[in-house]
Amino acid sequence: MTRREVEVEINGGIVRRTVEPRLLLSDFIRHEARLTGTHVGCEHGVCGACTVQLDGEPVRSCLLFAVQANGRRIRTVEALAGPGGELHPLQQAFHETHALQCGFCTPGFLMTLEPFVRDADPATLDEATIREALAGNLCRCTGYQNIVKAVQLAAERIHA
Amino acid sequence: MARNGVIGSSVPRKEDESLLRGTALFVDDVARSGTLHACIVRSPFAHAKVASIETAAAEGAPGVEAVLTARDLPPGLRPIPMRMFTSGPLNDYLQHPLARDVVRYSGEPVAVVVAESRYAAEDAADLVEVEYEPLPVVLRPDDAVAPGAPLVHERPGSNRAGGFTIEWGDVDRVFAEAALVVEERIECGRHAAVPLETRGLVAEVDRLTGVLTVFGAAKIPHVNRRILASLLELPEERVRLVELHVGGGFGARGEFYPEDFLVPFCALRLERPVAWTEDRSEHLRACNHSREQVHDAALALDADGRFLALRDRFLNNTGGYVRTHGLVVPGMTAALLPGPYRWPAYRCEVNQVVTNKTPAGTYRAPGRYEANFVRERLIDIAAHRLGVDPVELRLRNLIDRSEMPYATGTHTDGHPVVYDSGDYSRLVGLTLERFDRTRWLAWKEEAVAPRRRGIGIALFVEKSGIGRWDYARVEITSDGGARVFSGGASVGQGLETVLAQICAEGLGVEYERISVVHGDTAVVPDGMGAFGSRATTLGGSAVFRSAARLRERVLELASEHLEIAASDLIVRGDRVVARGAESRSVTLAELHELSRPARVLDRGGEPFLSEHDYFLSEDMTFPYGVHCAAVEVDTETGEVELSGYTVGYDIGRAINPVLVDGQIVGGVAQGVGGALYEELTYDEEGQLVAGSFMDYLLPTAGEAPPVDVLVTEDAPTPRNPLGAKGAGEGGAAAAGAAIANAVADALGAEPTRLPLTPERIVELARGAAG
Amino acid sequence: MKPPPFEYDDPGTVEEALALLAEHGDDAKVLAGGQSLVPLLNFRLARPERLIDVNNVGELDYLRVGDGALRIGALVRHSALERSDEVAAAVPLLRETVRFVGHVQIRNRGTVGGSIAHADPAAELPVAMAALDARFHVRSSRGERVVGADELFVTHLTTSLEPDELLTEIEVPLPEPGTGWAFVEFARRHGDFALGGVAALLRLDDRGHCERAAIALLSAAPTPVRAREAEGFLLGRPLDEQTGREAAALAVADIRPSGDIHGSSEYRHGLIEALTRRALSAAADRAKEAA
Repeated sequence: MTRREVEVEINGGIVRRTVEPRLLLSDFIRHEARLTGTHVGCEHGVCGACTVQLDGEPVRSCLLFAVQANGRRIRTVEALAGPGGELHPLQQAFHETHALQCGFCTPGFLMTLEPFVRDADPATLDEATIREALAGNLCRCTGYQNIVKAVQLAAERIHA
Repeated sequence: MARNGVIGSSVPRKEDESLLRGTALFVDDVARSGTLHACIVRSPFAHAKVASIETAAAEGAPGVEAVLTARDLPPGLRPIPMRMFTSGPLNDYLQHPLARDVVRYSGEPVAVVVAESRYAAEDAADLVEVEYEPLPVVLRPDDAVAPGAPLVHERPGSNRAGGFTIEWGDVDRVFAEAALVVEERIECGRHAAVPLETRGLVAEVDRLTGVLTVFGAAKIPHVNRRILASLLELPEERVRLVELHVGGGFGARGEFYPEDFLVPFCALRLERPVAWTEDRSEHLRACNHSREQVHDAALALDADGRFLALRDRFLNNTGGYVRTHGLVVPGMTAALLPGPYRWPAYRCEVNQVVTNKTPAGTYRAPGRYEANFVRERLIDIAAHRLGVDPVELRLRNLIDRSEMPYATGTHTDGHPVVYDSGDYSRLVGLTLERFDRTRWLAWKEEAVAPRRRGIGIALFVEKSGIGRWDYARVEITSDGGARVFSGGASVGQGLETVLAQICAEGLGVEYERISVVHGDTAVVPDGMGAFGSRATTLGGSAVFRSAARLRERVLELASEHLEIAASDLIVRGDRVVARGAESRSVTLAELHELSRPARVLDRGGEPFLSEHDYFLSEDMTFPYGVHCAAVEVDTETGEVELSGYTVGYDIGRAINPVLVDGQIVGGVAQGVGGALYEELTYDEEGQLVAGSFMDYLLPTAGEAPPVDVLVTEDAPTPRNPLGAKGAGEGGAAAAGAAIANAVADALGAEPTRLPLTPERIVELARGAAG
Repeated sequence: MKPPPFEYDDPGTVEEALALLAEHGDDAKVLAGGQSLVPLLNFRLARPERLIDVNNVGELDYLRVGDGALRIGALVRHSALERSDEVAAAVPLLRETVRFVGHVQIRNRGTVGGSIAHADPAAELPVAMAALDARFHVRSSRGERVVGADELFVTHLTTSLEPDELLTEIEVPLPEPGTGWAFVEFARRHGDFALGGVAALLRLDDRGHCERAAIALLSAAPTPVRAREAEGFLLGRPLDEQTGREAAALAVADIRPSGDIHGSSEYRHGLIEALTRRALSAAADRAKEAA
C-alpha cells in the first residue's frame, strides 16, 4: 500500500503527514492532528458524531479518507469558540437550554447546525424544519427536545 | 430543610464547558506513548465447538505484537463473577474472558490481537484461523425450555439457569371464580442501551509504582476494581480504575465484560499500554442486550372491575451466558409487576433462560419496561372487555396514600418491596389534566382514513436507590471553595452538578465554588457508582451528610478564630460571617490556612477541614408516574406518529428540575425506540441481522416526540435526608405500555408484542377491520 | 471497523480516470461521494485492491439545462441538485426526490452519479431517473455509449457498466409543461432507505384525460422498475380516485419485492400499492393545477 503525503488545513493550521490511503479522516483528525473533539460513534455514516466541515459544508469524517482532504480546509468543534475563547452562540445556547447530557454527540451536532443556524431565518424557523436539520445526528441522552430549543435560541440571538 | 435554595434550582451544569468546546477527555482521547491497540477476534457462529485456533499467520503480520487465545490466559482463571442477585445454580453459566471449547453466541471473544495500530490489528485478526464445528442453535426462550432443546451449556444440563416464584393468596381459586379473566401471551422485543460512545479501555502499568491503571471505567469503578484484582490475583491496591468523560451508560456500559479483563491482562503481559476502542459493529454484538421476555400473563377481575389476582409465568432471554447481573432483570420484573395497584392474590414465576444470543443485562428501567407493558396492556384489554374507561378501571384499583408505607408482597434479591410514599390517584388526575385528555378525545374523532387516532395511558411505580450505601468526603480547598469526593459515577447525567448543589445546600458554600471528583479509585477510597437511579439518592445523601458535618467543623474553627459562638455564625458564599454583624467574618481560604497541621496540632486539633461519611439505606425509594400518549396511525404504511406525549412523575424532591426534565425526555425517546423502532433481530442461524445503525434504528429528532413533563414533589421519601427519589428511569419505564395502549385505542386491536413495527401495525389494522 | 488496505489514485481529468480504469478496472472501484462505498469498506464487506477517486475530476461537476434536457455531471453532489433553482424549475420531481436522500451531511458529499452507479433498488434517485426516462452517458477508453435505465440497472447493486467504464453524465429529458409529478416513499425513519416508494409523472390533455404517465417503483424489485401496464392503463382515462386505485393495483400486480427484517415481501407489496395511489393522486393534482 503506497503511502501518500497529505497537507490539510485544519482550523487554520496546516497538518502535514504521510499516511496510508485507507486512513479515515476521522482518525486523521483525532490521532494525527490530535484534535479529539471530533468523536467517532459508528464509523458507517449514520450517527453524525464525527461531523466536521469540509470547505464549509458539514460532512461525515468517517466516510472520507484523509488523502481526500489533501489541500482542503477542515473545521472542527475546537474552532467554534470566538478568538477570545467566548462560546459560539450555538454553544452558549446548548449550555443554557441543557441541550447536552453526556456530550459525546454534541460536537457533531454543533458542526452540523452552525451553518444551518447561520443561514436560518428565525421568523420562519419552525420546529419541523429544525428537527429535519437534526435528523442526521443521533443523540441517545436528550430526546432532542432541548437541542431544538437551543437552535431556536441561537437563531434568535444570531439574527437579532 | 431548605437552607440556601440551591437544591431545587436549575443551575447550569458544571460539565458542559469542556464538552461544548471539544476538550473533554473520553477514553479514546487518551494518548500514551508506545500504546498498542487490541482487536478482539469474535466467533462468527452462534454455537460451535472450537476445534482449533491457528495464530501463526496473524502473529507474523506487520505490526503485530501478540495474539492471545484461551490457552494463553492463566490456567486457573475463573469466569467473570456476578455482582448482584446471585444464586448458586447461575454460577454454572458464567462467561470466561475468552471462549475455551465452545462458543455460545455470535460475537463471543475467542482471541485477542495486539498490534501497533487498530488498522494493523484488524488486518491480523482476519488471519487468525479458527476451526469451528457448528452445533445446533436455540434462540427463542420458549424453544430453549422445550423438551429436547439443544443445550447451551452442557454440564448443568438445562437451559433454565435460574428462577424463583413469588406468590400469595389462593391464585388458582381466584382465577377459577373470577367474573372476568384476561389472559395473553405478551412479548417484549430484544433491544439495548446503545450509548453513543462505544466502550473503550486504555490499560498501562505505572512504571514508578507498579500499579495497573485502567482508563475507561464507568458506572461502578470500585466494584470492577475488586473483580479485576481478584481475576488477576493482584491486591486491590495494585489496581486503579479511572473514569473519564463517559458517553452515556443506561445500564449497559461499565459492567465487567470480557474485554475488561483482556485489555489490562495484555498490558501486564506485554508491559506496554494497550488500548481497545469497541467499534459499533462489535458493540451491537458484544455489549449487553436487554428486554427480551415472553410472558404468559393473566388478570382476574370481579364484575365491578376490581382486580382480584395477577398471574404471570415468564421467560427472560439472557443469551449465551449469565453476566454480572445474575437475576437482576427478571427479578425486577417480578418485584415491580404489581405496579401501583392492590392485588389480593399474585403469582409470578421467574425463569432465567440461556440461548445462543448475545448475553443480556440491564437497560434503563430493567425488567420494568417489560413488566409495565405486560400489566398495563392486560388492564386495557380488561377495560375494553368490560366496556369501562381504562382510566376509571385503574383508579378503582390504586393503592391509596393512606396505605403508605405499602408492602407489595414482592421482594428484590430477598428484600421486601415496601413502597415508601405516594399519592397515586392525585398524580393520575394532575397528569391527565396536564395532558388535556378531553382535548385529545375530541382530536381522536377527527381522524381521516386511512389514518386513525388513539390515546393511551400507563401507570407505573419505579424504584430507585438500589445498592444500599455510598461514600462521600467533602473538604475545604486552599482557594476557599469546597471539593467533593464521591463514590458515585458519572455517565453523562449531570452528577457533578447535582452533587455540587447538594454540597452547597449542606455546607453553605456557593455552588460555583464547589468541584466534584469521582470515579478514580486512587482518589476516592470506595463507592458504589451509578446505576438504578442511585447516584443522587444514595451518593447525594452521603454528600449531604458529609457536607453537614464539615459545616459544623468549619463553624467550630471560625468560632475559635472570631471568638463568636458557633451558633451565631453562618457559612455564606466564600466565608463564615457572624449573624447580624456581617463585617465580622473569616474567609474559607483563611480557615484552610488556619487548619494546616502546624497551626492545629499543637492544640490537639485535627488538621484540615475535611469530613467523610457513608450513607446506608436498607430500603429503596419508589417514585411513581403516568405516561399519556396520543398517536396517529397510518393503517396502510404502518407509520405511528406520536402526536402528543405527557409524563407525570413524582420523585419526592427534584434537586435540579431542568436536569430531571432532561432525564425524563431522554428516557421517553429510548422508550419510544423500544416501542416502535429498535429490535435486535436474529436470523435462524443466530446471526444478528440488526448489526449496524442502518438496521438497528435509534430514534432521530424526526421520531422522538416532543414531551410535556410534569414533575411533582408530593411524596418525598422518608428514607433519605434529601427526600429525593431517583429520576433516571421513569421516562423509559412505561413508554412501551402507553404507546401500545394508544395504538390499541386507535386500531381497535390488542397489540401484545413490541416493537410495533410498520408491518405489525398493518397486520393489526387489517385484523381489526376483518 | 477500519478499511482494508488499498492502492489509491486521484486522477484530475476524465481521460486520466479512464486510463486508470483501462489498466486496473477489474481490481478497482470508483470512489465518488463514498457514502455507500466507504461504509462497505469500513465493515470490510468490500475489499477492492484499488480505489480510483474521481472527486478531483472537476469537469464532471456541472448542471446544464438546454436542448430539451437537463444534463447532470456524474460528480454533482446531491446538495447541489437540491439547491439548484434551475433544476427545480426544469425537473421539479428531482428536487422533491433528492430531499429524501439521507441527511444533509450525506447530501453534501454523495453524488448523483455515485447513487446511480451503486444501483441500490432502495435508493431514490435511480427510481426518479427511471420515471424521467433519463439517459446515462458512459465512457471508457474504448469510447462512449448512452443507455437507458432498463439497460443500465441489471440487478441489486449491479449495473451493466464494464470494469473500464465510468458513468459521466445523466441526461434527463425535460418533462413537457403541464406535467404533474410526485415522489412518495415510506421509510422507518426519515432519511433511511425506504421500504417502498414511487415516482410518478402525469400529464393531462385538454379534456382532463391522461396523455402521458410514468410510474417507477422503489424497492419493488432488484432494480428500479417502471409499471408499464399501469402507465398504459392510465392513458386516455380521467385521473380520478377509482382510476388511481385500479392503476395502483396493476402497478403491483407482477412485483415481488424482497423482504427483510424491516418488512416482508407481502407487507411491501401492499405498501407500494398504497404509495402508488398516493403518488398518482398527488401528481394528478399538480397536473390539474398546471392544466
